[in-house]
Amino acid sequence: MTDLQPVLEFRNVTKRFGSLTANDAISLSLHAGEILALLGENGAGKTTLMNILFGHYRADEGAALVDGQELPPGSTQAAIQAGIGMVHQHFTLADNLTVLENITLGTESLYAWRQDQKKARAKLVAMSEDYGLLVDPDVLVSSLSVGERQRVEILKALYRDARILILDEPTAVLTPQESDNLFATLKAITKKGLAIIFISHKLHEILAISSRIAVLRRGAIVGSLETAVARREQLAELMVGVAVARPKLTAIAKGEPVLEISGLSTDGAGASTLKDVNLTIRAHEIVGIAGVAGNGQSTLADLLSGLTQRYAGSVRLNNSALPTGDPRAVVAAGVGRIPEDRHARGMVGEMEIWENLISEDLRSPDISNSGIIINSSKSKSRAVRQIEEFDVRCSGPEAETKLLSGGNMQKLILARALSRKPTLILANQPVRGLDEGAIAYVQNQLLQARQRGAAILLISEDLDELMSLTDRIAVMFHGQLSDAIPTGDRTIAEIGLMMAGQGSVTPGEERSLDH
Amino acid sequence: MSDLFDILLTAGFWAATIRIVSPLIFGTLGELICERAGVLNLGIEGIMTVGAMSGWMWVYQGGDLWGGVIFAALMGAIFGLLHAIFTVHLGLSQHVTGIGITLFASALSYFVYRMLLPDATTPPKIVPFQPIEIPWLSDIPLIGEAVFSQSAMTYLALLTVPAVWYVLFRTPVGLAVRMSGENPVAVEAQGINVLAVRTAAVMVGSAFMAVGGAFITMSWFDAFYFGMINGRGWICVALVIFASWNPGRALVGALLFAGLEALQVRAQQSVGAFIPYQFFLMLPYVMSIVAMIIMARKTKYPQALLVPFRRGERV
Repeated sequence: MTDLQPVLEFRNVTKRFGSLTANDAISLSLHAGEILALLGENGAGKTTLMNILFGHYRADEGAALVDGQELPPGSTQAAIQAGIGMVHQHFTLADNLTVLENITLGTESLYAWRQDQKKARAKLVAMSEDYGLLVDPDVLVSSLSVGERQRVEILKALYRDARILILDEPTAVLTPQESDNLFATLKAITKKGLAIIFISHKLHEILAISSRIAVLRRGAIVGSLETAVARREQLAELMVGVAVARPKLTAIAKGEPVLEISGLSTDGAGASTLKDVNLTIRAHEIVGIAGVAGNGQSTLADLLSGLTQRYAGSVRLNNSALPTGDPRAVVAAGVGRIPEDRHARGMVGEMEIWENLISEDLRSPDISNSGIIINSSKSKSRAVRQIEEFDVRCSGPEAETKLLSGGNMQKLILARALSRKPTLILANQPVRGLDEGAIAYVQNQLLQARQRGAAILLISEDLDELMSLTDRIAVMFHGQLSDAIPTGDRTIAEIGLMMAGQGSVTPGEERSLDH
Repeated sequence: MSDLFDILLTAGFWAATIRIVSPLIFGTLGELICERAGVLNLGIEGIMTVGAMSGWMWVYQGGDLWGGVIFAALMGAIFGLLHAIFTVHLGLSQHVTGIGITLFASALSYFVYRMLLPDATTPPKIVPFQPIEIPWLSDIPLIGEAVFSQSAMTYLALLTVPAVWYVLFRTPVGLAVRMSGENPVAVEAQGINVLAVRTAAVMVGSAFMAVGGAFITMSWFDAFYFGMINGRGWICVALVIFASWNPGRALVGALLFAGLEALQVRAQQSVGAFIPYQFFLMLPYVMSIVAMIIMARKTKYPQALLVPFRRGERV
């Protein structure tokens, strides 16, 4: 075998799901010791291609070759034996089993009468030291952090002597420090002669780690270039098709206070319990809350959504008390809700689009006869109008909601929440997991609502988003909320420090500022 | 009250407890194996009936006792395969399929019994397993009589507990079964066929259940009656949850239930004059509900229990 022979080659791989072509005649090659980045938006077909390689799917046309040998399609076993190891985006680990059990599964004959745990443990410990992937073999996976779980996934592949390692969006769940550690590990791995495919839609990561980049768009390879000569703008354009500019805030006079929270505390202990939170949002204003997940943002969002019942302090919406623990009353009072998890809380995937669209106003006379009988023809025609207005790409109001892409599902949620012209919009991570086009759309909708006079609370972990989209910004840490000060008065670095609990998160000044 | 304590000191009570616990052990372990692989098997009640009928019938038709046990296990495995085809391969509702299997298997057992013995008015009898006294150990007071003077099938039941534990927790195939119940995608990603693992687990588990049924007609009693499983299958389903899917705890739970059952029979005789006997009949079930409520807080369900696995589906 010469160095010129690729360790892995895709030849004209095509895969269709119904009418959707997920992979369109893809040809690619990978050589030992290199990191190939596979760049593309969500839904571009990156994961599908890797699932074909790993035998989860069968390609409709074309084949994958390892060392010039064609891989039998649809066989995970064959892929593993050929030396392919995959670190899935959603970890394939069992929480209630130990690290060692997770790693040794499938490495021994199923007909053996006992497991050689001693040998397995020794091999694992030696390997984890060798690669700098330290993890205790005997703890339950459920007790590990996300970064540690990823280490287990990588070890699982290495334990089976993988020569080709595939990482599917590996940094999506990692903190910046964990990502840096991962990159160092990956570089060490390639020095030992392994080849890596690194799947991502984050440009800066790909430029930092890869030696070669292939860009996927709508299932096809639209560009392939050496990282050394690649430019960020060029990659972005290849990935999205046309350059999409994210919207920016324009100055506008603020109106009356819409949401006034003072002295708000919730029961319980822990980082997500609210402690004396004060916040005012006026009409025509977007206030952002930054913070690491789990510091009370969800508690505040639940409370404003009408899901939490008990609290101390006062929450006033348009000069009257916000109803507590009654989502229907909260919606009726003028709150538009964009929940954090659109699959779990936003939409019922198994139900049809029109049913999801009417779920917040079942009692409205447009929709039903005093809440008893649903007028489906009225509901559906309204759904058709909403689908058109919010540019939801779907086959019609009777399509099953779970078949929609993330972006289209988020548009549906916007349609449901914004059609009511809410005075307060609660947007919790509204662009998480969306592609560039959908992000721009969602942000534009929020800005339009601001123009119209809505007050908007934007909770996000993406500081760039907060800096470009908010009038004022506050930081949440351990259930305490800092004063919301005009965006731009603090740098990203300062906000980052406050998110980690350093810097001042002392409430109290805001009231004197506002009144 | 002192009457109750007297009961606890009789060898008869303990012997009865061990006898009552045997079919529960087989059934609970069978259900546990299925659920560890991620498949709820509510066919258990019917599969125990099949085992009770087929094992007994084998012996009645002239076969030998152990041949009957093996035949019952085989029949159980066949109904397990049926359950697996519907729930594992076709991914249908495990609840609905299980209840369907129970209705089908019980009805079929009664039908076959009537077909083969159309003229029997009183249920005919076989010569069941006889107690075997284990030398020396059976001479220990109380325990000797209770534990070491039982039938071979009871000894088998007691030995099955550590055996199932060992296979589940100390062998590669056990790891594959447990992993299938926790995260089938992980099993697939390691190159193991999830559907095959689950099918095999359901078949083996169902064979255990059928042997539990066979114990009732071949070791406890000597004849086959209609309705003789009498909800024991459902008790096993509850015991699995009580046991947190752990064979050792399953034994403890089964012993607790069997003890209450044995106690209530005796309590009926001693204090039955003051309290209606239905109260005692109810006791074991009330106690199991209470125990379940207490245990429920801590239970860790296999995370992929009830979740069908389909290859190549978009996740």
